Amino acid sequence: MLGLLCQCCRQILRPWNTWQAGLRSLSTTPVPAEAAGVVSSPPLQTYSEEETMMREAVKKYAQERIAPFVSKMDENSAMDKEVIQSLFEQGLMGVEIDPDYGGTGSTFFSSILVIEELAKVDPSVAVLCDIQNTLINTLFSKLGTPAQKDQYLSRLSTDMIGSFCLSEAESGSDAFSLKTRADKHNDYYIINGSKMWISNAEHAGVFLVMANVDASAGYKGITCFIVDRDTEGLEICKKENKLGLRASSTCPLNFDNVKVPEKNILGLVGHGYKYAIGMLNEGRIGIAAQMLGLAQGCFDHTIPYTRQRVQFGKRIFDFQGMQHQVSNVATQIEAARLLTYNAARLKESGRPFIKEACMAKYFTAEVATLTTSKCIEWMGGVGFTKDYPIEKYYRDCKIGTIYEGTSNVQLSTIAKYIDKEFDH
Amino acid sequence: MSGRVLVGVKRVIDYAVKIRVKPDNSGVVTDGVKHSMNPFCEIAVEEAVKLKEKKLVKEVVAVSCGPQQVQETIRTALAMGADRGIHVEVSGKDYESLGPLQVSKIMAALAKKEEAQLLILGKQAIDDDCNQTGQMTAALLDWPQGTFASEVTVEGEKLKVVREIDGGLETIKINLPAVLTADLRLNTPRYATLPNIMKAKKKKITQVKPSDLGVDLTSRLQVLRVDEPPQRQAGVKVETVDDLVSKLRECGRI
Repeated sequence: MLGLLCQCCRQILRPWNTWQAGLRSLSTTPVPAEAAGVVSSPPLQTYSEEETMMREAVKKYAQERIAPFVSKMDENSAMDKEVIQSLFEQGLMGVEIDPDYGGTGSTFFSSILVIEELAKVDPSVAVLCDIQNTLINTLFSKLGTPAQKDQYLSRLSTDMIGSFCLSEAESGSDAFSLKTRADKHNDYYIINGSKMWISNAEHAGVFLVMANVDASAGYKGITCFIVDRDTEGLEICKKENKLGLRASSTCPLNFDNVKVPEKNILGLVGHGYKYAIGMLNEGRIGIAAQMLGLAQGCFDHTIPYTRQRVQFGKRIFDFQGMQHQVSNVATQIEAARLLTYNAARLKESGRPFIKEACMAKYFTAEVATLTTSKCIEWMGGVGFTKDYPIEKYYRDCKIGTIYEGTSNVQLSTIAKYIDKEFDH
Repeated sequence: MSGRVLVGVKRVIDYAVKIRVKPDNSGVVTDGVKHSMNPFCEIAVEEAVKLKEKKLVKEVVAVSCGPQQVQETIRTALAMGADRGIHVEVSGKDYESLGPLQVSKIMAALAKKEEAQLLILGKQAIDDDCNQTGQMTAALLDWPQGTFASEVTVEGEKLKVVREIDGGLETIKINLPAVLTADLRLNTPRYATLPNIMKAKKKKITQVKPSDLGVDLTSRLQVLRVDEPPQRQAGVKVETVDDLVSKLRECGRI
């Protein structure tokens, strides 16, 4: 009922279900009796009771258990162990994983809400949660053999972090020109090469490594290997000293004759590129949610200040120039939210969503950049100091236009889809 | 003791919300305002769930009185570990005038109907601050009461309760069945983890009408007027203790 007007209409008792296919959802707003039975088109910001409860629970948890650590983690460029542990305890690291494997057993949209709420407090924690849920867990759930699922899914939902290893020093946007090799010997492979910009690497217990088993086949040789942390030859190098998302570890990895058994291939040989594209299409909605939460969190910290700060005898919020800027930013955040939610709902309903996911990621990253920049201005001098949380959001947002597909890549992809739409 | 615990949970305006009085001074604005479980009720639920985890009780039943929306509050209790819920349907004018007397009658009736061994409530609700429901319920049931509990220990068929009182702490021993009201330091309520929220979906909430329980909801109170507290006035700084004393005399304070 949060934020929704309770009217004195008769409310229809409905079974408590989750969001189903299509745009039909269970509104928590009372519906007039005569509208019952009509297929409604509820607003995008309509959540099932389960989604509302989850969002509230994460909001409360993030405020009480993560907020106190944010500044320190940023300063030390290190994720606090207690934060990681409590993320697992709250069930936030296995939102879509089946309860049989210790997960929460909820939906994609729930993970989007979780990521958004976490990002309002700390985008670094949000990205840890996002990669785990939208990339690692999904890959294992969709492609894992029963043995692989048994071995990894219950660990991933309870105490083990995963890392997704695709990028290299010489291949970022041009991901499929990766050079890491996996040479076959009998029933095992030897992996040689190196990866760069690998998030979560400092704490990860398992690495999903994209390596090429047959360079002559080009990208059709790329295969996904499951590599445990303690495998001999795997070196996790010193983490990068970054501008933002500092609490999220980003490390280069070296593979020196790393021996991986054949049974550790996730999915099919040579299909790695397909899996990567597929997962990243979904992952980009997660990043959109992160950037959205970032923008909203920054905004929410700033407006109270503008309502308190008095200059020339009135609140700075009351100056028309300020109001116009604030409204502009608020409108863009709202648009970003709707793009993100819609992309998530489209994906959940099994409809095509790639163009919308690209739009969501591209737009929210731009909105986050605009919002944080403006928020520092509205805060004035104090916005520029580390005593206030605003400057951290400003630094954190920049990566949004770069990782999991740069803004330019997103725009090119959108153009491809537009081109196709006008084909007939 | 291995019986059933009833926990009362109340849906109130969230503690962080700034309260506004309605323009006609008939009450406070509740439309569109964020509501959550009364913090003391959260502590009560936590205590009941803890007792169940220690295997000292078999079943925890969360009860709330009000319109459809209170089911959310019951769900939160279920997500914290309660086994099932009872929603006592009260709406409209009845809900507006629902107070400790009516709720305690309902609770007493339910305690008998459910054959509860223990009834735990929050010490008071943060909206009306009445601090009466627990005490009234105990009186109606003729059960012993351990109010303002900051520590509860089961000792056989009795309860040892440490109570927070004005002078410090008082320890009492009471027989079961009994009524407890939870004070702030009794425990720290757990978060509803996401898996528990999912599990809570499968737990049952039964609907009951006050008439089914034979309870008369007529209020003996009529709210005449609700006003905002007076604006805080500016203070006056003084230089010496003598000045302070004379100023206080001037204002008629001493």
